[in-house]
Formats: sequence, C-alpha cells, structure tokens
Amino acid sequence: MSETAYDGPDVSSGPVEAPGSRAAVEAALQRQGRSRSAAAISLIREAALLPVLIVLIIVGTVLKGGTFLSVTNISGIGQQISALGVITVGESLILLIGGLDLSLESIYGLAPMVAAWLLVPAASFGNGAQLNPYLGIGIVFAVGAAVGIVNGLLIVKGRLNGFIVTLGMTILLAGIQDGIVKGESPFNLPGAFGYLGSAYIGKIPVSLIVTAIVFVVVGLFLRYHRIGRSIYAIGGNREAARAAGIKVNRIRIGVYVAGGTLAALAGLMEAGRVSSVTGSQGYGEGIIFSVFAAAVIGGVSLQGGRGNMVGAASGVILLGLIQNILDLINAPNYWIDAINGAVILFALILARIIGGEATAE
Amino acid sequence: MNLPARAAASAAGPGVPAAEAVGIHKRFGSTQALRGVDLALRPGQCLGLVGRNGAGKSTLVSILSGVQPQDAGEIRFDGSPAPAPGATGAWRRKIATVFQHSMVVPGLTVAENVFLGRQPLRRGRRLGIVDWRRMREQTRQVMAEWGFEIDANEPCANLTVEQRQVVEIARALAAGTRCLLLDEPTAALERGAVQRLFERIRQLTGSGVAVLYISHHLEEVFEICQDVAVVRDGELVLTAPTAGLSTSDLVTAMVGAQAGAAAVRPAGAAHGAAGRNEPVRLAVEHVSLVSPGTSLIDVSLRVAAGERVGITGLRGSGATTLARVVAGATAPGAGRVLLDGRELPAGRRDVALRAGVGYIPEDRQREGFVATLGVAENVTMTITDLLARFAGVLLPGTRAAAAAPLARRLSVVSAGLGQPAGELSGGNQQKVTVARAVAREPTLIVAVTPTRGVDVASKELLLRALAEAADSGGRPGLLLATDELDDLVICDRVIVMVRGEVFAEFTQPPFGREELIAATEGLTLGGPAGRPDEQEPQT
Repeated sequence: MSETAYDGPDVSSGPVEAPGSRAAVEAALQRQGRSRSAAAISLIREAALLPVLIVLIIVGTVLKGGTFLSVTNISGIGQQISALGVITVGESLILLIGGLDLSLESIYGLAPMVAAWLLVPAASFGNGAQLNPYLGIGIVFAVGAAVGIVNGLLIVKGRLNGFIVTLGMTILLAGIQDGIVKGESPFNLPGAFGYLGSAYIGKIPVSLIVTAIVFVVVGLFLRYHRIGRSIYAIGGNREAARAAGIKVNRIRIGVYVAGGTLAALAGLMEAGRVSSVTGSQGYGEGIIFSVFAAAVIGGVSLQGGRGNMVGAASGVILLGLIQNILDLINAPNYWIDAINGAVILFALILARIIGGEATAE
Repeated sequence: MNLPARAAASAAGPGVPAAEAVGIHKRFGSTQALRGVDLALRPGQCLGLVGRNGAGKSTLVSILSGVQPQDAGEIRFDGSPAPAPGATGAWRRKIATVFQHSMVVPGLTVAENVFLGRQPLRRGRRLGIVDWRRMREQTRQVMAEWGFEIDANEPCANLTVEQRQVVEIARALAAGTRCLLLDEPTAALERGAVQRLFERIRQLTGSGVAVLYISHHLEEVFEICQDVAVVRDGELVLTAPTAGLSTSDLVTAMVGAQAGAAAVRPAGAAHGAAGRNEPVRLAVEHVSLVSPGTSLIDVSLRVAAGERVGITGLRGSGATTLARVVAGATAPGAGRVLLDGRELPAGRRDVALRAGVGYIPEDRQREGFVATLGVAENVTMTITDLLARFAGVLLPGTRAAAAAPLARRLSVVSAGLGQPAGELSGGNQQKVTVARAVAREPTLIVAVTPTRGVDVASKELLLRALAEAADSGGRPGLLLATDELDDLVICDRVIVMVRGEVFAEFTQPPFGREELIAATEGLTLGGPAGRPDEQEPQT
C-alpha cells in the first residue's frame, strides 16, 4: 500500500485550536458532512447481500408464486430463522472481538434441556422436580451465561486456544444434554416456557419480534456504546486496545458470556417452537455451521474487528430463504445438504465480489 | 574462487544502469503520487533514496520492485525492459527488496529460507521432490562466497534480527539478483549490527551489486551512500554525490520551501533547574524484572512535574522495558511505581491510564493503533469514558468533535477523520498514536521511540508536541525511552541503562553524542563509571 495514496485534504492546515473551542467543533461538523459520503459507501458494503436476497425472492416467487409470498409462509420463515438469528448475533460478537466459539450450538441445546428436564413431570422425561416455568427460563439463561464464563476464563485468563476449548466444550455439553435425559426428549413444556418460541402477536411470531429486537439493540450497542466500540478495537488490534487502556480481558470474557446467553435464548425459542427439547437440538443438527455461514456471508470477519449486525441479519435471512425455497419445491431429501452447501459457497463468492476485499474473510 | 555469478553483474556493460526508472507517473484517486520520476541505479553504486513520509518514496519502491504497475513511464533492468507486471518470479531475479519487517519464515531452516519457493529439485523435477543435500550445499556456497557466517541448517527462529536480514540478502543473491532495495534496513538493528551491515553493503557494491538504500537516517545515508536522490511531492528534486552535500542541503531538498522550520527548542539550563523545585510526578522504586532478552535490576528514578527525562540504552538494556513498566504495559517482578505519590498497580495499563499516564508504545503497528478503525476513533480511544454520555452511549459526532483539535495539533494528514488508520502513512500513524496518548491530558507521558521510522519534519513535529505537552499548564512529566540519540535534545536529563541497570546520568544539556554512545556501551569517557549521582555532568 502506498503511503502517498491518501494524502487527501490536509487536516493540519489552519491555526491550532484548543480542544472543544467553537471553531474546532464547527470544523469537525464540516468534516462529518464530508465523511457522510464515506458512510454511504460503507452502507452499500453492508447491503452487499441485498441483490442476492432480491434474486432469491424473485426465484421463490417464480417457482412457487402465491405460496411463497403468503403471509403464512413469510411468518413461517421468520419463526424458522429466529433461533439461528439470535445465535448468529452471539457468534458475531465473539468473532468481532477476535474469538470463536463452537460451543454456542451445544449451549443452544443444553440450556433449554436442563430447564425442561427440571420443569416437566417424570412421565414427560423430566426428573420430577417440576420447577416453576419462570424459574426454568432463568435456568436457561444461567446455563448459557455460566458456560460463557467458563469459556471466557479458559480462553482469556487460561490463555488456551479458543478453537480447542470450545470444541471440547461442545462435545462435553452435548454429552450432558443426552446424559441427563438418557437420550429422551422432554415434552409437555409449560406454556410460559414455550411462549417465546410458539406464540404469535397477530400474524407475527413473538420469536421474530424478539430476534429483531436483539439485532437492533446489539447493532446500536456496537455502533453507539463505548464498550461496543471497544469490541471493534480489541478485534482490530488487541495490543493497541490494551495500550489505550481498554479493559481488554474483562470485555473479552463479557462477550463470551453474552454469546452464551444469546445462544441460550435461541435454544429457548427453538424449544418453544417444536414444543420439546430433543437430544439433537444444537450439536446433533450441527447448527454451528449455519451460524458461521450466516455470519461470514454477512461480512463478519473471522479475523475479528470487521462486520456489523445489518450484514449478519442479511446472512441469516439469506439462509432462511434458501431453506424455505428448498422446502417449498420439495427438493430431493438426500440432496438438500449438497444444494445448501453449494448455495452458501455461491453466496460467499458473490458477497466477496460485491463487497470487495474486506468482506467474507 | 570461481565467481560466475559476480561476473554476470557487469555483463551488460559499464555504462548501463542495473535498474532504471524513466518518466514514472503514478496516480491514486485524486492524488498524483509520482510525476515523471527518472532514477538510475548503476552496478556497484549505493544510492540513497530519501524523502518525507508521503513524498512518493514507497510508491517508487513498489513500482521499481514490480509490486504495482506505473501509469506511465518505463522500468528497465540492465538496459532491457522490465518483466511484465505480475510476473513476480521474473522481477525477483532482477531486483529484490529487503523490508523493514522480516520476510523470513521462522519455522524453516536458513537453507529453506534462502531457496524459499525455488528449492532445488531431485532428478525427475516433475515429481517436485526437494533435493535437500543440494539446497544445503548451495546455501553454504552462497554464504561462503559473500562471507556470511550463518549455518545453513539453523532454524531461522534461532537467528537474531541482523542474521535474518543477512538471510534475506543471501536469498536475493542466490537467485542471481544483483540489484537490492534496502528499505529502512537499520530500523531494528543496534549500533554494532548497523556497522556490520554497512560493511556488507560495501562488500556487495564492491562486487558490482547495485544497492538502493532507503532511510530516514540522513547520517547513515552520508556514511554508506555515494549518491543520494531526494523525492518530494512525487518528483525527484535532487540527485547528487553525497560528498558535496551537507545535512541541511538534504533537509532543504526534502522539505522544500518551508525549510528552516523552527528547530525543536532544546531544553534550556533554566528549565532543567526549575524541574528540581517541582513536586515529584513519577517515582520508580527498586523495580526489578527478570525476563529473557531484557531484565531490570533494582532500578529507581524520579521525574519531576514538567521535567523531561530521557532513558536510552542498547537493545536489551532495559530502557524500553522500564518505560513499559511505568506505563503499566508490563508487570515488574518487584518494586513500585508511584504517580504523584500514589502507587500504581503492577501491569495494569487501564488503571495507569485513568491515573494519568499517557503511553506511546514502541511498536506502533502492534500496539499504537487499530488499523481497521478511523482516525477519530483511534485518537479518542483513551477518552471514551469522558466523552460518553448517558450509560456509556458515545455518538460518532462527539468523537469527531473531540478528535479534530487533536488531529490538528499533531498535523495528522488524512482523507478525513473517518479514514481507517491502517491506510495512513507511517508518520501519520505515529501522530495518531501520539494524539491518542495526549488526548486525556496525562500527568505523565511515557513515550517509547516515538520518532522511529518517521521523516525529519514529522520527527521534529512529534518531538515539539511532546516537549510542549510537558510545558503545558498541568506540568506533566515526560519519560522518553529511545535509542535515537537525536530525540534526547528535548530532555532535561538523560539516564543511560546498561544490561538492566542505571549506568550513567547526564544532567546538563546539551548531551554529547560521543559520551552518550560510550555510556550505552558501558564505557565512560574521561573517568571511571560512577554511580548516577557522581557522574560528571557533560558539556
């Protein structure tokens, strides 16, 4: 990269101003206007997947017209992608800070499993404790946060490799998920426990509303909160962030906890949607692959420090649309995975072409 | 000894340049980086290439080495046109660049690095089986031929920075390249190693190798280069033998019309005396640290309010480690660091920052800034808690408004405060790092090699900014750890460290270069080495 390539307008010209002086603020505001066009460009990058989404919608409409565009189908898609969306937010946070967490998929299975096991009667494969459903919801989050803390401490304080720690954790948690219920799937979940995943407000699934809120809140937090910005700084250059006095370790552990908690929330919604917790929820179905695919297609960098919630959301929607179209056209069962994988690769290449160098790393 | 490779160097004839740039133009967006540059590098010549950051030096180097194509003009080697753009292998046989950052793969042996990507293969080359014996043999030959003493079987991880550089040079020579670009080759070397490098360069040019020597250190250019070329605003403004030039001629050529900018105000005697009546800002008490490479042994020192104290020493002397300890970037094994009488917890950069310690780290690429984030965001990274409004919410506008005056004060040149810091030139990245350190109006500034790798004018600006910060209303202290002796001109007092201990202290500016150099080597000119306080002030 050339050092001369960026000798643009010289900020140094003009008299030196005291910080906070009127002239300084005015000058800054003026420059902000200039950087607005840069913001527009970055928005185009964020929306790099928009054309792909539009193409998919056209394909769906052409193939299955009325069915595809029906309110039932669209709200169905919304409900289906909610859980994936919320875990993807959690994973994106961890990726942004320069980490990686495979165990989110097992948290997604184990957290609701532990709660369900403690809630439902023995006849429905519970352990007989039959706790209060609201306490059960608390347990879901507690399990997610606890695993997040353990991961965070091992990786940040114990300086262990994040890939191996979370790989081991994934298998361990999946084993516990099967072990406590001896491979059974607790059902008859109390209404309050299943509410988030199964209820509708009008035609809109509650899970979709919750997911949208999660995306918006986390998106705003990343953009406008000092800790959100610290996450980008740490992911972009951990040592520089440390030298600037950012509490790097505390924030990194916090992000693992947030990721675990979000994965638990996703698991709770999924349990509500299918009104039971199966042994395969999470690890068994290998949902982590879809999570990584959605995040990376959406422009969240595996190197850390780059990406945002607009991108992550479009990655999730893209995967949801593909799944839905494959379902609607009754794609041959044995080939669904192959088609899915091919489309993911295609979307990744397309995102790279549209979004430029920085995307899809 | 039979030296066919060396004979080839002058095969093209005595008058033909080894490398030549003719009328090179290059534009990036709205910036004309190079406008018609002509440069000729003769076999056996060591040509210095100097210019301020952003003058077009790096662009010229990247075009000369085939990293990017020119818009107009021509590159020739030995009189024939350059290989096609992108034909990396062909370029490498014509010209090789030794970068500031080592391009040696640490996990591989010396022989593998010398033949990286072009290992000799066994018979039946199509199978691609590496002929290890021949690779080692040829490596030994190259090393012997050029008088380098490095074992072909040594893993490069075990080599010093200096030896890795030799491996890179050997790699180029083994490929038959007789034209070398050395980009800031002394940046990571200590003094003895620099002299050995110069010796090697003389030997190379003596055998007909052409060397383009790129450096910010003008005294090095005078020492090693026969000729010097100066780039300014994308044009070659001067090409002349170094013998007939003075340093100020060169600086004038580099800076142009605004030459003679006010020199950094040296710390006056009055200033130094005033420092002693001021309250103690920083007290380092009996700090010790054992670590591989560099240790600290019972180091104590004080910095008064408004005082500027320099620490210098060879690599491994502990000078920079001590600065890191004070900044909270490294935890010491024993001892205390007190700021305004209050003890700072060991190794807690975040606490030290809030207590008032501003920090300019040694390696700006690694610790100085976040490449992916904008200038404003980097500059205000130390003050997010002060800028944040309700519940930690921090609007980009607030950041920009706070960053603008800081960027102005340090003359950060960027395409806007939102431009990612990674896209700035090295000098401007350093300014961002310094702005970040002073943003919080610290009561103590810890600066480690703040002028490394920046051009003369930026260097002056950075030093002045640091000196002014120490003179400002809050009377912060300045602790400047550096191996660039020129930087010490702003200091009231200089402490020289040798092997982890305070070896000498100079309290009377100006500080004599020879005495400082002697002290860093553990020698004392005109008298026995004494305790710091007994040290004879230097005139």
